[in-house]
Amino acid sequence: MLDRIVNAQHQIDDACKQLDRPVTIMEVCGTHTVAIFRSGIRSILPASVKLLSGPGCPVCVTDQGYIDAVLELTQRDDCLIATYGDMIRVPGRHGSLETLASKADVRVVLSSEDALQLAKDNPGKTVVFIAVGFETTAPATAVAVKEAAGQDVENFCILSGHKLVIPAMRALLSGMNDRIDAFLCPGHVSVIIGFGAFGEIVDEFRRPCVVGGFEPVQIIEALAEICRQLASGQVQLKSIYSAVVTEKGNTAAQTIVAEVFEPVDGYWRGLGKIPASTLALRERYRRFDAFERFGLADQPGQDDSGCRCGEVLCGLIDPPQCVLFARQCTPQHPIGPCMVSSEGTCAAWFKYGRRD
Amino acid sequence: MCLAIPARIVELEADKAVVDAMGNRFKAKTTLLPQARLGDVVLVHAGFAISLVDEEEAKKTWELFAEIESFEKTPNKLSG
Ligand code: SF4
Repeated sequence: MLDRIVNAQHQIDDACKQLDRPVTIMEVCGTHTVAIFRSGIRSILPASVKLLSGPGCPVCVTDQGYIDAVLELTQRDDCLIATYGDMIRVPGRHGSLETLASKADVRVVLSSEDALQLAKDNPGKTVVFIAVGFETTAPATAVAVKEAAGQDVENFCILSGHKLVIPAMRALLSGMNDRIDAFLCPGHVSVIIGFGAFGEIVDEFRRPCVVGGFEPVQIIEALAEICRQLASGQVQLKSIYSAVVTEKGNTAAQTIVAEVFEPVDGYWRGLGKIPASTLALRERYRRFDAFERFGLADQPGQDDSGCRCGEVLCGLIDPPQCVLFARQCTPQHPIGPCMVSSEGTCAAWFKYGRRD
Repeated sequence: MCLAIPARIVELEADKAVVDAMGNRFKAKTTLLPQARLGDVVLVHAGFAISLVDEEEAKKTWELFAEIESFEKTPNKLSG
Protein backbone atom coordinates (compact mmCIF):
# COMPACT_ATOMS: atom_id res chain seq x y z
CA MET A 1 0.00 0.00 0.00
CA LEU A 2 2.68 2.46 1.04
CA ASP A 3 4.72 1.69 -2.06
CA ARG A 4 1.70 2.47 -4.22
CA ILE A 5 1.36 5.86 -2.53
CA VAL A 6 5.09 6.59 -2.89
CA ASN A 7 5.00 5.48 -6.49
CA ALA A 8 2.05 7.75 -7.26
CA GLN A 9 3.77 10.61 -5.49
CA HIS A 10 6.85 10.14 -7.70
CA GLN A 11 4.71 10.11 -10.82
CA ILE A 12 3.09 13.38 -9.74
CA ASP A 13 6.49 14.96 -9.01
CA ASP A 14 7.90 13.85 -12.36
CA ALA A 15 4.87 15.06 -14.28
CA CYS A 16 4.95 18.42 -12.53
CA LYS A 17 8.65 18.92 -13.32
CA GLN A 18 7.92 18.13 -16.93
CA LEU A 19 4.93 20.48 -17.02
CA ASP A 20 6.67 23.34 -15.26
CA ARG A 21 3.41 25.24 -14.67
CA PRO A 22 0.66 25.16 -12.05
CA VAL A 23 -1.88 22.36 -12.40
CA THR A 24 -5.45 22.79 -11.19
CA ILE A 25 -7.56 19.69 -10.56
CA MET A 26 -11.19 19.92 -9.49
CA GLU A 27 -13.11 17.23 -7.63
CA VAL A 28 -16.87 17.31 -8.11
CA CYS A 29 -18.00 15.14 -5.24
CA GLY A 30 -18.56 16.08 -1.62
CA THR A 31 -17.33 12.72 -0.39
CA HIS A 32 -14.07 13.24 -2.30
CA THR A 33 -13.74 16.68 -0.71
CA VAL A 34 -13.95 15.17 2.77
CA ALA A 35 -11.78 12.16 1.84
CA ILE A 36 -9.04 14.40 0.41
CA PHE A 37 -8.91 16.57 3.50
CA ARG A 38 -9.03 13.62 5.87
CA SER A 39 -6.21 11.80 4.12
CA GLY A 40 -3.83 14.76 4.27
CA ILE A 41 -3.07 14.33 0.56
CA ARG A 42 -2.77 18.07 0.04
CA SER A 43 0.28 18.21 2.24
CA ILE A 44 2.26 15.72 0.15
CA LEU A 45 1.50 17.26 -3.25
CA PRO A 46 3.96 19.58 -4.96
CA ALA A 47 3.12 23.25 -4.49
CA SER A 48 2.28 23.53 -8.17
CA VAL A 49 -0.73 21.19 -7.83
CA LYS A 50 -3.85 23.01 -6.75
CA LEU A 51 -6.89 20.99 -5.72
CA LEU A 52 -10.25 22.70 -6.03
CA SER A 53 -13.61 21.53 -4.71
CA GLY A 54 -16.35 22.04 -7.26
CA PRO A 55 -20.13 21.86 -7.22
CA GLY A 56 -20.19 18.38 -5.69
CA CYS A 57 -22.38 18.79 -2.65
CA PRO A 58 -26.08 18.53 -3.54
CA VAL A 59 -27.30 20.70 -0.70
CA CYS A 60 -24.71 23.38 -1.51
CA VAL A 61 -25.56 23.69 -5.21
CA THR A 62 -29.28 24.04 -4.49
CA ASP A 63 -30.27 27.57 -5.43
CA GLN A 64 -31.65 29.97 -2.86
CA GLY A 65 -34.89 30.20 -4.88
CA TYR A 66 -35.50 26.49 -4.27
CA ILE A 67 -34.74 26.91 -0.55
CA ASP A 68 -37.25 29.80 -0.45
CA ALA A 69 -39.87 27.61 -2.15
CA VAL A 70 -39.32 24.94 0.50
CA LEU A 71 -39.58 27.52 3.27
CA GLU A 72 -42.81 28.87 1.77
CA LEU A 73 -44.31 25.41 2.24
CA THR A 74 -43.61 25.57 5.97
CA GLN A 75 -46.30 28.25 6.21
CA ARG A 76 -49.01 25.78 5.26
CA ASP A 77 -50.71 23.61 7.83
CA ASP A 78 -51.86 21.02 5.30
CA CYS A 79 -48.31 19.93 4.42
CA LEU A 80 -45.88 17.51 5.87
CA ILE A 81 -42.36 18.12 4.62
CA ALA A 82 -40.08 15.11 4.27
CA THR A 83 -36.43 15.95 3.76
CA TYR A 84 -32.95 14.49 3.89
CA GLY A 85 -31.23 15.71 7.05
CA ASP A 86 -28.70 17.95 5.34
CA MET A 87 -31.35 20.34 4.05
CA ILE A 88 -32.88 21.15 7.36
CA ARG A 89 -30.37 23.76 8.51
CA VAL A 90 -29.77 25.58 5.23
CA PRO A 91 -30.59 29.20 5.99
CA GLY A 92 -33.11 31.20 3.97
CA ARG A 93 -33.91 34.88 4.36
CA HIS A 94 -36.08 34.37 7.43
CA GLY A 95 -34.71 31.17 8.90
CA SER A 96 -34.19 27.51 8.06
CA LEU A 97 -36.51 24.53 7.78
CA GLU A 98 -35.57 23.74 11.33
CA THR A 99 -36.54 27.12 12.75
CA LEU A 100 -39.46 27.88 10.43
CA ALA A 101 -41.31 24.64 10.91
CA SER A 102 -44.11 26.50 12.62
CA LYS A 103 -47.19 25.22 10.90
CA ALA A 104 -45.97 22.46 8.66
CA ASP A 105 -44.61 19.32 10.09
CA VAL A 106 -40.98 18.69 9.01
CA ARG A 107 -39.59 15.15 9.17
CA VAL A 108 -36.11 13.93 8.37
CA VAL A 109 -36.13 10.82 6.19
CA LEU A 110 -33.32 8.58 5.00
CA SER A 111 -35.03 7.53 1.80
CA SER A 112 -37.74 8.55 -0.66
CA GLU A 113 -39.48 5.34 0.38
CA ASP A 114 -39.82 6.68 3.93
CA ALA A 115 -41.43 9.82 2.52
CA LEU A 116 -43.93 7.75 0.55
CA GLN A 117 -44.71 5.73 3.67
CA LEU A 118 -45.35 8.98 5.57
CA ALA A 119 -47.94 9.88 2.93
CA LYS A 120 -49.67 6.53 3.39
CA ASP A 121 -49.62 6.94 7.18
CA ASN A 122 -50.91 10.53 7.10
CA PRO A 123 -53.82 10.61 4.66
CA GLY A 124 -55.02 13.98 6.01
CA LYS A 125 -51.83 15.77 4.92
CA THR A 126 -49.94 16.26 1.71
CA VAL A 127 -46.41 14.93 2.03
CA VAL A 128 -43.90 16.97 0.06
CA PHE A 129 -40.60 15.20 -0.47
CA ILE A 130 -37.68 17.61 -0.81
CA ALA A 131 -36.00 15.80 -3.67
CA VAL A 132 -32.43 17.05 -3.95
CA GLY A 133 -29.30 15.22 -5.00
CA PHE A 134 -27.35 14.29 -8.10
CA GLU A 135 -27.66 11.33 -10.44
CA THR A 136 -26.91 9.01 -7.53
CA THR A 137 -30.04 10.04 -5.65
CA ALA A 138 -32.53 10.74 -8.45
CA PRO A 139 -33.27 7.03 -9.15
CA ALA A 140 -34.54 6.56 -5.58
CA THR A 141 -36.95 9.47 -6.07
CA ALA A 142 -38.04 8.07 -9.43
CA VAL A 143 -38.92 4.72 -7.82
CA ALA A 144 -41.02 6.45 -5.14
CA VAL A 145 -42.90 8.53 -7.74
CA LYS A 146 -43.62 5.45 -9.83
CA GLU A 147 -44.87 3.60 -6.78
CA ALA A 148 -47.04 6.55 -5.76
CA ALA A 149 -48.54 6.53 -9.25
CA GLY A 150 -49.05 2.77 -9.24
CA GLN A 151 -50.69 2.81 -5.82
CA ASP A 152 -52.57 6.11 -6.31
CA VAL A 153 -50.99 7.77 -3.29
CA GLU A 154 -52.33 11.18 -4.30
CA ASN A 155 -51.28 12.97 -1.10
CA PHE A 156 -47.62 12.46 -2.05
CA CYS A 157 -45.63 14.88 -4.18
CA ILE A 158 -42.03 15.91 -4.72
CA LEU A 159 -40.26 19.24 -5.11
CA SER A 160 -37.64 18.17 -7.60
CA GLY A 161 -34.31 19.91 -7.34
CA HIS A 162 -32.34 16.96 -8.68
CA LYS A 163 -29.23 18.12 -10.50
CA LEU A 164 -27.02 16.67 -13.21
CA VAL A 165 -23.26 16.87 -12.82
CA ILE A 166 -22.09 16.91 -16.43
CA PRO A 167 -23.97 20.09 -17.45
CA ALA A 168 -22.36 21.80 -14.43
CA MET A 169 -18.89 20.66 -15.53
CA ARG A 170 -19.63 22.02 -18.98
CA ALA A 171 -20.79 25.35 -17.54
CA LEU A 172 -17.56 25.68 -15.54
CA LEU A 173 -15.39 24.95 -18.56
CA SER A 174 -17.43 27.19 -20.82
CA GLY A 175 -16.16 30.32 -19.15
CA MET A 176 -16.98 30.28 -15.44
CA ASN A 177 -13.64 28.83 -14.41
CA ASP A 178 -11.12 28.20 -17.14
CA ARG A 179 -8.32 27.47 -14.68
CA ILE A 180 -9.54 23.87 -14.37
CA ASP A 181 -7.06 21.52 -16.08
CA ALA A 182 -8.74 18.24 -15.18
CA PHE A 183 -11.52 16.61 -13.20
CA LEU A 184 -11.42 13.97 -10.52
CA CYS A 185 -14.86 12.61 -11.40
CA PRO A 186 -17.45 11.67 -8.79
CA GLY A 187 -17.42 7.98 -7.90
CA HIS A 188 -21.00 7.42 -6.85
CA VAL A 189 -22.51 9.51 -9.65
CA SER A 190 -20.46 7.32 -12.00
CA VAL A 191 -21.97 4.19 -10.47
CA ILE A 192 -25.28 5.32 -11.98
CA ILE A 193 -24.31 7.13 -15.22
CA GLY A 194 -21.20 5.03 -15.97
CA PHE A 195 -17.73 6.48 -16.45
CA GLY A 196 -18.32 6.57 -20.20
CA ALA A 197 -20.63 9.55 -19.66
CA PHE A 198 -17.65 11.82 -18.99
CA GLY A 199 -16.32 11.10 -22.49
CA GLU A 200 -18.01 14.24 -23.82
CA ILE A 201 -15.95 16.43 -21.45
CA VAL A 202 -12.72 14.75 -22.56
CA ASP A 203 -13.58 14.97 -26.26
CA GLU A 204 -15.01 18.44 -26.34
CA PHE A 205 -12.92 20.29 -23.76
CA ARG A 206 -9.72 18.23 -23.91
CA ARG A 207 -9.59 17.81 -20.13
CA PRO A 208 -8.59 14.54 -18.43
CA CYS A 209 -11.48 12.96 -16.54
CA VAL A 210 -10.52 10.26 -14.07
CA VAL A 211 -12.99 8.44 -11.83
CA GLY A 212 -11.41 7.50 -8.54
CA GLY A 213 -12.45 5.79 -5.31
CA PHE A 214 -12.37 7.30 -1.86
CA GLU A 215 -9.38 5.61 -0.22
CA PRO A 216 -6.24 7.77 0.05
CA VAL A 217 -4.34 5.44 -2.27
CA GLN A 218 -7.13 5.50 -4.84
CA ILE A 219 -7.29 9.27 -4.73
CA ILE A 220 -3.56 9.80 -5.11
CA GLU A 221 -3.40 7.26 -7.93
CA ALA A 222 -6.20 9.14 -9.69
CA LEU A 223 -4.29 12.40 -9.26
CA ALA A 224 -1.12 10.73 -10.58
CA GLU A 225 -3.03 9.50 -13.62
CA ILE A 226 -4.31 13.04 -14.25
CA CYS A 227 -0.83 14.60 -13.91
CA ARG A 228 0.68 11.94 -16.16
CA GLN A 229 -1.96 12.65 -18.82
CA LEU A 230 -1.40 16.40 -18.60
CA ALA A 231 2.39 16.00 -18.90
CA SER A 232 2.17 13.62 -21.84
CA GLY A 233 -0.55 15.66 -23.55
CA GLN A 234 -2.58 12.49 -24.00
CA VAL A 235 -5.89 13.42 -22.52
CA GLN A 236 -8.09 10.44 -21.71
CA LEU A 237 -11.14 9.16 -19.94
CA LYS A 238 -10.24 6.66 -17.27
CA SER A 239 -11.79 4.89 -14.30
CA ILE A 240 -9.55 3.49 -11.63
CA TYR A 241 -12.52 2.70 -9.42
CA SER A 242 -13.29 -0.47 -11.31
CA ALA A 243 -14.46 -2.42 -8.28
CA VAL A 244 -17.68 -0.40 -8.31
CA VAL A 245 -17.94 1.68 -11.49
CA THR A 246 -18.58 0.31 -14.97
CA GLU A 247 -18.46 2.10 -18.28
CA LYS A 248 -22.21 1.95 -18.82
CA GLY A 249 -23.29 2.36 -15.19
CA ASN A 250 -26.55 1.13 -13.72
CA THR A 251 -28.87 0.86 -16.71
CA ALA A 252 -31.90 -0.13 -14.61
CA ALA A 253 -31.51 3.14 -12.69
CA GLN A 254 -30.98 5.16 -15.88
CA THR A 255 -34.14 3.67 -17.39
CA ILE A 256 -36.38 4.52 -14.48
CA VAL A 257 -34.97 8.07 -14.22
CA ALA A 258 -35.58 8.62 -17.94
CA GLU A 259 -39.12 7.32 -17.59
CA VAL A 260 -40.05 9.61 -14.70
CA PHE A 261 -37.92 12.72 -15.30
CA GLU A 262 -36.76 14.95 -18.12
CA PRO A 263 -33.83 17.37 -17.98
CA VAL A 264 -34.85 21.03 -17.99
CA ASP A 265 -32.94 24.29 -17.54
CA GLY A 266 -32.30 24.86 -13.86
CA TYR A 267 -30.76 27.29 -11.41
CA TRP A 268 -27.65 26.46 -9.40
CA ARG A 269 -26.15 28.38 -6.54
CA GLY A 270 -23.17 30.27 -7.92
CA LEU A 271 -23.39 28.76 -11.39
CA GLY A 272 -26.68 30.37 -12.36
CA LYS A 273 -28.96 28.97 -15.02
CA ILE A 274 -27.57 25.88 -16.73
CA PRO A 275 -29.31 24.32 -19.74
CA ALA A 276 -30.74 20.81 -19.27
CA SER A 277 -29.22 20.48 -15.80
CA THR A 278 -32.19 19.83 -13.52
CA LEU A 279 -34.66 16.96 -13.48
CA ALA A 280 -38.36 17.79 -13.72
CA LEU A 281 -41.22 15.30 -13.69
CA ARG A 282 -42.49 14.24 -17.09
CA GLU A 283 -46.05 15.09 -18.13
CA ARG A 284 -47.29 11.65 -17.13
CA TYR A 285 -46.15 12.15 -13.51
CA ARG A 286 -46.81 15.89 -13.30
CA ARG A 287 -49.57 15.43 -10.74
CA PHE A 288 -46.84 14.58 -8.23
CA ASP A 289 -45.05 17.88 -8.88
CA ALA A 290 -45.13 20.08 -5.76
CA PHE A 291 -44.20 23.18 -7.80
CA GLU A 292 -47.45 22.77 -9.76
CA ARG A 293 -49.60 21.61 -6.89
CA PHE A 294 -48.75 24.61 -4.72
CA GLY A 295 -48.15 27.18 -7.45
CA LEU A 296 -44.50 27.59 -6.49
CA ALA A 297 -42.01 29.03 -8.92
CA ASP A 298 -38.59 27.59 -9.57
CA GLN A 299 -36.84 30.89 -9.99
CA PRO A 300 -33.45 32.21 -8.98
CA GLY A 301 -33.29 33.33 -5.38
CA GLN A 302 -31.54 36.19 -3.67
CA ASP A 303 -29.01 35.66 -0.94
CA ASP A 304 -27.82 38.82 0.72
CA SER A 305 -26.14 37.29 3.73
CA GLY A 306 -22.68 38.02 2.35
CA CYS A 307 -22.06 34.29 1.92
CA ARG A 308 -19.69 33.49 -0.96
CA CYS A 309 -20.71 29.84 -1.40
CA GLY A 310 -21.36 30.54 -5.07
CA GLU A 311 -17.72 31.39 -5.68
CA VAL A 312 -16.57 28.52 -3.48
CA LEU A 313 -18.66 26.10 -5.56
CA CYS A 314 -17.11 27.34 -8.81
CA GLY A 315 -13.62 26.97 -7.36
CA LEU A 316 -13.05 30.72 -7.68
CA ILE A 317 -12.15 31.21 -4.02
CA ASP A 318 -11.12 28.98 -1.13
CA PRO A 319 -13.37 29.28 1.94
CA PRO A 320 -10.87 31.26 4.06
CA GLN A 321 -11.15 34.04 1.46
CA CYS A 322 -14.72 34.59 2.66
CA VAL A 323 -14.58 37.13 5.50
CA LEU A 324 -17.33 35.30 7.36
CA PHE A 325 -15.40 31.99 7.40
CA ALA A 326 -14.71 30.73 10.93
CA ARG A 327 -15.83 34.08 12.33
CA GLN A 328 -19.58 34.59 11.94
CA CYS A 329 -19.89 31.38 9.91
CA THR A 330 -19.11 28.10 11.67
CA PRO A 331 -20.71 24.64 11.62
CA GLN A 332 -22.66 25.64 14.75
CA HIS A 333 -23.89 28.87 13.14
CA PRO A 334 -23.73 28.33 9.41
CA ILE A 335 -24.43 31.32 7.18
CA GLY A 336 -24.36 29.35 3.94
CA PRO A 337 -25.00 25.78 2.80
CA CYS A 338 -21.31 25.01 2.22
CA MET A 339 -20.90 25.24 5.98
CA VAL A 340 -24.11 23.35 6.80
CA SER A 341 -23.46 20.16 4.92
CA SER A 342 -20.81 17.79 6.20
CA GLU A 343 -19.79 17.40 2.55
CA GLY A 344 -19.62 21.14 2.05
CA THR A 345 -16.30 22.70 1.14
CA CYS A 346 -16.45 25.31 3.91
CA ALA A 347 -17.26 22.66 6.52
CA ALA A 348 -14.35 20.51 5.31
CA TRP A 349 -11.96 23.47 5.47
CA PHE A 350 -13.27 24.34 8.91
CA LYS A 351 -12.76 20.83 10.22
CA TYR A 352 -9.55 19.78 8.50
CA GLY A 353 -8.06 22.55 6.51
CA ARG A 354 -7.44 25.62 8.56
CA ARG A 355 -3.79 24.92 8.98
CA ASP A 356 -3.33 24.27 5.24
CA MET B 1 -25.95 12.87 1.60
CA CYS B 2 -24.23 11.55 -1.48
CA LEU B 3 -22.75 8.84 0.67
CA ALA B 4 -23.20 5.30 -0.43
CA ILE B 5 -22.50 2.53 2.06
CA PRO B 6 -21.47 -1.01 1.18
CA ALA B 7 -23.65 -3.52 2.97
CA ARG B 8 -24.30 -7.24 2.75
CA ILE B 9 -27.76 -8.52 1.85
CA VAL B 10 -28.82 -10.74 4.75
CA GLU B 11 -32.50 -11.07 3.88
CA LEU B 12 -34.19 -10.72 0.52
CA GLU B 13 -37.83 -10.98 -0.45
CA ALA B 14 -38.78 -9.72 -3.92
CA ASP B 15 -37.10 -6.26 -3.99
CA LYS B 16 -37.13 -5.78 -0.22
CA ALA B 17 -33.84 -6.52 1.49
CA VAL B 18 -32.33 -6.27 4.92
CA VAL B 19 -28.67 -5.33 4.70
CA ASP B 20 -25.82 -5.33 7.18
CA ALA B 21 -23.06 -2.74 7.29
CA MET B 22 -20.51 -3.15 10.05
CA GLY B 23 -23.12 -4.82 12.26
CA ASN B 24 -25.80 -2.21 11.61
CA ARG B 25 -28.87 -3.67 9.95
CA PHE B 26 -31.31 -1.65 7.93
CA LYS B 27 -33.84 -1.96 5.13
CA ALA B 28 -32.90 -1.38 1.53
CA LYS B 29 -34.61 -2.04 -1.79
CA THR B 30 -33.08 -3.80 -4.74
CA THR B 31 -35.46 -2.27 -7.32
CA LEU B 32 -32.52 -0.59 -9.06
CA LEU B 33 -30.31 -3.68 -8.90
CA PRO B 34 -32.52 -6.60 -9.89
CA GLN B 35 -29.52 -8.92 -10.23
CA ALA B 36 -28.68 -8.65 -6.50
CA ARG B 37 -28.80 -11.92 -4.56
CA LEU B 38 -28.75 -12.96 -0.92
CA GLY B 39 -25.19 -12.67 0.43
CA ASP B 40 -24.05 -10.07 -2.13
CA VAL B 41 -22.29 -6.95 -0.93
CA VAL B 42 -24.01 -3.95 -2.49
CA LEU B 43 -23.56 -0.20 -2.41
CA VAL B 44 -26.60 1.33 -0.70
CA HIS B 45 -27.57 4.94 -1.25
CA ALA B 46 -30.75 6.64 0.05
CA GLY B 47 -32.31 3.28 0.84
CA PHE B 48 -31.55 1.63 -2.50
CA ALA B 49 -28.87 -0.82 -3.63
CA ILE B 50 -27.20 0.81 -6.63
CA SER B 51 -24.33 -1.53 -7.50
CA LEU B 52 -22.47 -4.69 -6.55
CA VAL B 53 -19.21 -4.15 -4.67
CA ASP B 54 -16.32 -6.53 -4.10
CA GLU B 55 -15.44 -7.46 -0.52
CA GLU B 56 -12.05 -5.78 -0.57
CA GLU B 57 -13.53 -2.45 -1.71
CA ALA B 58 -16.33 -2.75 0.84
CA LYS B 59 -13.87 -3.13 3.71
CA LYS B 60 -11.96 0.00 2.69
CA THR B 61 -15.14 2.02 2.38
CA TRP B 62 -16.41 0.84 5.79
CA GLU B 63 -13.28 2.31 7.34
CA LEU B 64 -13.74 5.63 5.55
CA PHE B 65 -17.41 5.69 6.41
CA ALA B 66 -16.69 5.18 10.09
CA GLU B 67 -14.62 8.35 10.02
CA ILE B 68 -17.10 10.42 8.04
CA GLU B 69 -19.87 9.26 10.32
CA SER B 70 -17.97 10.43 13.35
CA PHE B 71 -17.58 13.78 11.54
CA GLU B 72 -21.31 13.87 10.93
CA LYS B 73 -22.03 13.21 14.58
CA THR B 74 -20.50 16.53 15.53
CA PRO B 75 -23.26 18.93 16.58
CA ASN B 76 -23.35 20.64 13.18
CA LYS B 77 -24.99 17.73 11.47
CA LEU B 78 -28.30 15.96 11.40
CA SER B 79 -28.00 12.63 9.74
CA GLY B 80 -29.00 12.43 6.11
S1 SF4 C 1 -17.67 30.45 5.04
FE1 SF4 C 1 -19.88 30.50 5.36
S2 SF4 C 1 -20.55 32.45 4.57
FE2 SF4 C 1 -18.50 32.08 3.73
S3 SF4 C 1 -18.84 31.07 1.79
FE3 SF4 C 1 -18.63 29.44 3.30
S4 SF4 C 1 -20.72 28.99 3.96
FE4 SF4 C 1 -20.78 30.97 2.89
